[in-house]
Amino acid sequence: MLYIKCPHCGLRPQTEFSYGGDATVKRPELNKEISDQDWDNFVYLRKSPRGKHLELWQHISGCRQWIKVERDTLTHEIFTTYKASENI
Amino acid sequence: MQKYSVFSLIKNAFTGHKDWEVAWKDPAPKAEYDVIIIGGGGHGLATAYYLAKEHNITKVAIIEKGWIGGGNVGRNTTIIRSNYMHDENGLFSEFGMDLWRNMSLDLNFNVMFSPRGIINLAHSDAQMNAYSRRGNSMRLNGIDAVLLNREEVKKIIPMADFSENVRFPIFGGLMQPSAGTARHDAVAWGYARQADSMGVDIIQNCEVTGFDVVNGKILGIRTSKGEIKAKKIGLCVAGSTNVLAEKLNMTLPIETHLLQACVSEPIKPILDHVVTFGAGHFYCSQSDKGEMVMGGDLDGYNSYAQRGNLPTLQHVLTEGIAMFPFLSKLKMLRTWGGIMDMSMDGSPIIDKTHIEGLYLNCGWCYGGFKATPASGWTFAHTIAQDKPHKLNEGYSLNRFSTGHLIDEKGLGTKTWIS
Repeated sequence: MLYIKCPHCGLRPQTEFSYGGDATVKRPELNKEISDQDWDNFVYLRKSPRGKHLELWQHISGCRQWIKVERDTLTHEIFTTYKASENI
Repeated sequence: MQKYSVFSLIKNAFTGHKDWEVAWKDPAPKAEYDVIIIGGGGHGLATAYYLAKEHNITKVAIIEKGWIGGGNVGRNTTIIRSNYMHDENGLFSEFGMDLWRNMSLDLNFNVMFSPRGIINLAHSDAQMNAYSRRGNSMRLNGIDAVLLNREEVKKIIPMADFSENVRFPIFGGLMQPSAGTARHDAVAWGYARQADSMGVDIIQNCEVTGFDVVNGKILGIRTSKGEIKAKKIGLCVAGSTNVLAEKLNMTLPIETHLLQACVSEPIKPILDHVVTFGAGHFYCSQSDKGEMVMGGDLDGYNSYAQRGNLPTLQHVLTEGIAMFPFLSKLKMLRTWGGIMDMSMDGSPIIDKTHIEGLYLNCGWCYGGFKATPASGWTFAHTIAQDKPHKLNEGYSLNRFSTGHLIDEKGLGTKTWIS
């Protein structure tokens, strides 16, 4: 069982959370000319690193807020958690 | 190479089985090869075998970080099937079924292929309609498919929960009678032994640390056992694809995720088919030793850990007990995890890359084992001819940017949703 510290609610088991994927992927800006390659990068291409990974989780059975979690994909160690609005 | 037969068995019995030849050698890497295959799993070993057998390219090395067959080919639930709706997947997998049927003879190694049939259960009218459509698509591609109603399913698997007041009653199912299972380790060992006998060097405990790429052309690899030159290099590393892609400055439509499987204590024969639960993600078969072999969902977050967490296992087995209530009485014997190269449309990639001489084989998601022979065969063709075979044309790397996705499940890019 992973234990994730929700920045709003405190330490909770992973079963309260839902995964949201890579948090570093940025949606291209609206109303701008975007190349196909930029869309490709956003929709399909992923680094999926072995080691530290910044990812989105939603505290779906708790406060329902989206949060960012810095986790090691090899050891499952969780280093830091942030509110979704926090710039890192 | 020593041929395995009843005669060689008797002959070796006289000397106490002490004089058997080694099944494959343990060579030091040479300075240069025509082709290097990175990854000594099922797909890599099969690729080397078909390079030698079909294309007469024998100056080949397989570079494996650990030991051959130590990754997903030894960690799967051994299911072999071709029950796909889309043409690309159906035709590719059915080609593989023919290779499976002949594999034991072809490799002179008993892979214990057991075409016992797979049944995908349906739990609603809508699901029956969807299976009917999928079954028809399969039959159009020459794949056997039978739509079963509730009574027909009950005759085949009476131990499933057919009571009236269940959350997901069984409406029927789609069956592929020719699907089945095989002994997964034997597949790796059989390919390794034949490839070795045709001159392929199987180099184990050798980690790839870098690539030599000059002017967009691959020249060789750097490894923990030194530099090795090669004209062509094929990547067959499943869950480690992203790690090697990073060394090549490539970003791929792949995420690495964790999948668990488990077996129960062995029991007397009860289940002689592969059965999947249609209201969730759970599949089950009984091994020749009597263990119930079970698996289901991904753990649901990016991972390279090769070991899972209990919440997912509990979730998967809850589905299992909903389907087969008797499973709740069994003790768990073993659980384990492997890392999956989840592609963004659920279908694999077997293609050339933008680097000349570098070929890519990845994106097998949960379905890599059954694809082993077809993957090796088509990847060997792609490398030898420097262009994809008709069977793997659809599995191109650029299909994501051109929009020619093969999204069998219609899940989109959220690979962890299953």
